[in-house]
Amino acid sequence: MKLSKLLITASLGAILALDAGSAMAGKSNDTMNWSTNREIAVIDPYYNNTRELVIMGHMGWDGLIFRDIKTGEFKPLLAKSWEWKDSTTIEFDLRTDVKFHDGSSFDADDVVYTLNHVSNKDNGVLTFRNVSWVKNAEKISSHKVRINLGKPFPAALAYLANAVFILPSGHYDKAPAKADGKKDFGAVAPVGTGPYKVTDSKSGEFVLMEKNADYMSGSAKGKPQIGKMKFRTISEKNTQIAELLTGGLDWIWDVPKDQAERMDGNPAITIENAKTFRVSYMAFDVDGDSGTDVFTKKKVRQAVSHAINRKSIAENLVGPASVVIHSACHPDQFGCTQDVPQYDYDPARAKALLKEAGYPNGFEFDIYAYRQREFTEAVIGDLAKVGIKAKLNFLQYRALRDIVRKGQTPINHMTWGSYSIPDVSAIVSNFFTLGPDDPAKDVEVKKLLDIADNSIDVNVRKDNYKKAFTRIAGEAYWLPMFTYAKYYAYSKELGFKATPDEIPRFYTATWK
Amino acid sequence: MLIYMIKRLGMAILVALTVSILSFLMIYLSGDPAIALAGEGSSQEDIENVRQVYGFNRPIIVQYGDWLFQALQGNLGHSNYLKSDVASVVFERLPITMLLGACALGFALILSIPLGVVAAIRPNSLVDRIALTIAVVGQAMPSFWFALTMILWFSINWRLLPITGTDSWLNFIMPSIALGYYVTPAVMRLTRAGMLEVLSSDYIRTARAKGLRPMTVLFKHALRNAIIPVVSLAAVQFGFMLGGSIVIETIFAINGLGFLAWESIQRADLPMMQAIVLVLSIFYICLTFFADMLNAFLNPLIRVS
Repeated sequence: MKLSKLLITASLGAILALDAGSAMAGKSNDTMNWSTNREIAVIDPYYNNTRELVIMGHMGWDGLIFRDIKTGEFKPLLAKSWEWKDSTTIEFDLRTDVKFHDGSSFDADDVVYTLNHVSNKDNGVLTFRNVSWVKNAEKISSHKVRINLGKPFPAALAYLANAVFILPSGHYDKAPAKADGKKDFGAVAPVGTGPYKVTDSKSGEFVLMEKNADYMSGSAKGKPQIGKMKFRTISEKNTQIAELLTGGLDWIWDVPKDQAERMDGNPAITIENAKTFRVSYMAFDVDGDSGTDVFTKKKVRQAVSHAINRKSIAENLVGPASVVIHSACHPDQFGCTQDVPQYDYDPARAKALLKEAGYPNGFEFDIYAYRQREFTEAVIGDLAKVGIKAKLNFLQYRALRDIVRKGQTPINHMTWGSYSIPDVSAIVSNFFTLGPDDPAKDVEVKKLLDIADNSIDVNVRKDNYKKAFTRIAGEAYWLPMFTYAKYYAYSKELGFKATPDEIPRFYTATWK
Repeated sequence: MLIYMIKRLGMAILVALTVSILSFLMIYLSGDPAIALAGEGSSQEDIENVRQVYGFNRPIIVQYGDWLFQALQGNLGHSNYLKSDVASVVFERLPITMLLGACALGFALILSIPLGVVAAIRPNSLVDRIALTIAVVGQAMPSFWFALTMILWFSINWRLLPITGTDSWLNFIMPSIALGYYVTPAVMRLTRAGMLEVLSSDYIRTARAKGLRPMTVLFKHALRNAIIPVVSLAAVQFGFMLGGSIVIETIFAINGLGFLAWESIQRADLPMMQAIVLVLSIFYICLTFFADMLNAFLNPLIRVS
């Protein structure tokens, strides 16, 4: 730990446990103040793909369907019911009693307009993968629509529930033109049907949302309880903590483990460690593109896998909600299985495998990472114990991404959040279908994934995903490390429960 | 004097151009802006789409040339992230940074000039040492640590001052001290050195011999002359504070130009970064130019050389 960080942590830590007197300002004026470090300028779920807009997206907008996070079951939301007509066609019956925040009525035109706009590549939706599976949408009647898929895409419902929000018809027609003549779609004032509506905002400072008093009855999201939700941008984590302790904020997350543990004794603050959909993994340079052929040898990859004490990293550095994973997926995703070849922490076995592979004295290589330096440093420490010397190259994500895709990293230690999509296709099919992120280019794995990705038969999908995961683990193309966990810190006055997909449902929050 | 001014002006323009090219290249070298805009975990298809839609597929030299051409016509561009006209965002946030810089400079001058005077009156005494310690501690302490320590005591423990925002003058106390304290040593030492030199000059001896009151000699005759180089230094330090407010604005969540710069670097918002660098460098250059002119006006030897 750097001296500066040590000083800050030590001095803040001294009072974190002692400070108990903060009055919760949010409850007194029925405004829940929450904060992250990001500046929010664009309040549109398609033209801002930050986590904050994912959270606000679920507050301000509704999708056609809703996924119950507890049961995994899909429930009606804007759609009353739906039916797969065939593997590339889904039809939806829509509710007739829904109004947008501007008072206009919701109908099939809105669904058709939204889906046809966002699935048009030229419109520059930032996370196009969320909608790229939509070929087009058609109006069948005033409250019935058909979505045509470009190809079979069984995860369509998961995407519809998590990432596809419905906007009023003609919404983006109001977009102003930029200097180059192109339309600036993200600049249109937000209008949705969700339980909260945006009433004020200032770029770089805040976004204020207020309870939608006319929110549709019987919604799977429930009725919003808290009157106002104010998001504030505070970049510095220590400042966020200070504001939480003094009542200026009611909710923060991403609190460092050491500070969360110190705050845990504070009677005014609730600390919660919750799992997320993000997983940590290490990808090996299986085909030797990086200039070293050491990781082309399966025994070396297996040796590295046995050498790393993932359980210790998860428990000591990440948090109690973190679990070690053995498969290239998140355990909460559909199709994920941990019933695959596993590499337990066994330095002796690692050394033996290195010897068998022709490296009895270990070797040196460059490891690349971009997130939580301390996690990668722990990996380096474990590798050193079996004689492998790893030199850390810690880069910004946007710099590392290119290097990884060019195959220039012997090992890259990365993370993947699957965009909170509860389906393994959002992870394994991104990394093992011969694309630039595929470290192995294994045609057999690709065949299995193609079958699973394109079938709407649940059992066919599960069987083929399992075969693919088994092969990936057996060949040690990846070393799946652990699931990420986040520390949340919030006022004791706030009725809130973290969810495992890293999407806080503020619309269910209450005051105690 | 006119030739000297023209030379300095030409130099200033070249510096602004160089800074602009360097900042553009440095942002590009730090990673692909299309990846930053598409977001972490975006697919290659997403990135290529963003690159196409936002024009990042053009050669860097073309992108820079396009930006420069537009900038020369007064159009600083459009922020891909904020979806706003860059100039309007920059000029919306500049006043708060200038206010913070002015408050910080005010604090620095109020602290350092009296310290410098006291130190000069009794050089090498205990008073001098204490003054020097106070000033040097300001420079030795990292400003972010100092800022967080103030938050700890003044906001969390004693509940005296607000932590974030700009709603009242109280919000500016801690940021101004944190930012201003850092420049205190330079001003203090220059005041001290100037005062020492002036106090030993003949005209001060004459003033004292005339029987003028010590305070009159000190403030009316000595300080007025010793303070002139401090004025030009303060001008340059003000420029430094505008650029150096990034950390302080980030800690205190002040929505100024410094915070905007930090955020823009994080998300590789090229037009915004270019505009901020340009505005800040023009400010700095103008202040340096002003300081040069002041020095040249006061000291004819500089003009001649």
